Amino acid sequence: MFKRKSNAAEAASAAPATYGIMAEFSDSDSIIAAAYKVRDAGYTVVEAYTHIPVHGLAEALGHRPTRLPWGVFLFGLLGASGLFGFMTWVNVVDYPMNIGGRPFFSWPAFIPITFEGMVLGAAYSAVFGLIAICGLPLLYHPVFNTPGFERATLNGFFLCIEAKDPQYDAAKATTLLKSVGATAVNEISE
Amino acid sequence: MQSSQPLKPPVVETYDELLGPGETYTSVTAKIGDIVLYPLLKTPWGWIGGFVAAGLFLMLYLYSLATLFTVGIGIWGINIPVAWGFDIINFVWWIGIGHAGTLISAILLLFRQDWRTSINRAAEAMTIFAVACAGIYPLVHTGRPWLDYWFLPYPSTLGMWPQFRSPLEWDVFAISTYATVSVLFWFVGLIPDLATLRDRAQHPIAKIFYGILSLGWRGAAKHWQRYEMASLILAGLSTPLVLSVHSIISFDFAVSQLPGWHVTVFPPYFVAGAVYCGFAMVILLMIPIRSWFGLHGLITMRHFDVMSKVMLASGLIVTYGYFGEIFYSWYSGNIYEYYLIVSRTTGPWAWSYWALILFNVLVPQLLWSKKFRTNLPVLFFISICINIGMWFERWVIIVLSLKRDFIPTSWGVYTPTFYDWATYIGSFGLFFVLFFLFVRLLPMVAIFEVRDLVHKTEHKAHDKKEGHGHAGA
Repeated sequence: MFKRKSNAAEAASAAPATYGIMAEFSDSDSIIAAAYKVRDAGYTVVEAYTHIPVHGLAEALGHRPTRLPWGVFLFGLLGASGLFGFMTWVNVVDYPMNIGGRPFFSWPAFIPITFEGMVLGAAYSAVFGLIAICGLPLLYHPVFNTPGFERATLNGFFLCIEAKDPQYDAAKATTLLKSVGATAVNEISE
Repeated sequence: MQSSQPLKPPVVETYDELLGPGETYTSVTAKIGDIVLYPLLKTPWGWIGGFVAAGLFLMLYLYSLATLFTVGIGIWGINIPVAWGFDIINFVWWIGIGHAGTLISAILLLFRQDWRTSINRAAEAMTIFAVACAGIYPLVHTGRPWLDYWFLPYPSTLGMWPQFRSPLEWDVFAISTYATVSVLFWFVGLIPDLATLRDRAQHPIAKIFYGILSLGWRGAAKHWQRYEMASLILAGLSTPLVLSVHSIISFDFAVSQLPGWHVTVFPPYFVAGAVYCGFAMVILLMIPIRSWFGLHGLITMRHFDVMSKVMLASGLIVTYGYFGEIFYSWYSGNIYEYYLIVSRTTGPWAWSYWALILFNVLVPQLLWSKKFRTNLPVLFFISICINIGMWFERWVIIVLSLKRDFIPTSWGVYTPTFYDWATYIGSFGLFFVLFFLFVRLLPMVAIFEVRDLVHKTEHKAHDKKEGHGHAGA
């Protein structure tokens, strides 16, 4: 939001860099179909922006499944083993207390807190992991320059061929997107 | 509540569907989002009145807590043998209420129940605020709450650690984890909706407020893919968590030796009771909210019908628990266990046991009839009864078990004082102040999930009669 103003100032001196070609589609089926066609045409750096999660769209765009679950699993394991190990250390090594002759290593009594440690480690890593792998918080992004992009959180389905794509060509990309059923196509600046 | 609208369209009740007729992406977004984005100075009088009333109760709460801190827990009616009174009753009651929110948001997500969609956000908010109300009781009932950090394992100069073998220490971890995970899950659910509000907001301050909170969410397909995975993981974590929290709370009782507490049925029985009164609270909140804010198209009669069924089912499990208690007091052959039931049903405060049976067992049997499940005044009445009944359940378990234990010379009585009542009634102030703020500042229905429901509903209709386009504009 703040960067956009400085960009506008720069635009007076130099032509703005292009981020990509953004097309809008009317519904989820047409954007999935378009995504497959754009990929078939050889484009690889393509991203879609939708107001609801569209199932099958990430696959159509060639996004690999996320490895987030593995990270969550590791942190869950860390939380559980960390707290279990800590309680064992406290009760066996650091401050052993003889309570009615019961064993110091009374592991069944440690299970509830171990479980909570697993949940806490996993939940923190799931949420902060999600935010991190999405590259958020990122309050400004070039796609926000798209005319009518507020529909991306209301009722819109957008598809963007990015300028980073090796075979990017503004005119060709525009023609392709129009031919696969886009209702509007815009070139958006960085 | 939107008093500035002179004419209200006639309310069409929907009984079989989860969405009212003719709802589109835009209409549901506008309906939910505009409640929040209403100009500050045009806040409806109903909201202001409710907020002020809740604030007065909050003052009572703060007053009673301030007195507690300066005078001590002697202002309460607790003593030996009844050393746990309103503080623990209310703690268990509030946290039980919270459990319905997690059940709706997590367990029903795993079971792919679409009817959770329009009620999960408000129910999760209810969870967080109820956990806040609950968590305060164990913190203040220690008598010297400024030393509560002793609960936490930190390296102190005394070389001491908390007693990790004690259910009371398990509670510390269970409740703090539960509160943390509930807030995280809630925030993750809010991110796409905050982006919607950012893009709908007209006022610059609102744009910045929701813009920062939404973290710059832009709905990228890659983000949605990871987002759905994270939601699924969080639901998978919350499901055992919610079961564990009330199980651990029941261990506070079940691990002790007292007749009436020392029973293995407590964990499932407590969890069912929590779901029972939690759903009753969700219904109590939803009935006024949908009529004040005109959400009849989003929270339909089918929602109330389904929630009532969950309530009835969990109520029957609780009823089974009550019969179980009577059965094993006889079957155990233990005179103390046997006497406990005699004392509960015929001794002092016996009326509270029978009130529990009336409110929790008898009245909810009305829910067998669909006529009552879809009759909102009746449902409201039943839900109030269940909440009162579940409060009496904790009263019966705690006070009626403690006051007469093994030796008649150590028997005693318990009478709640003004401060007991003030701390209980005042906690509603905290709950409703937070809830009113939530309703004003955040979308009380998960907007993008309802849009997803619109999408699914359209696809279903589309598959049925082919050739019709999407009404998603």
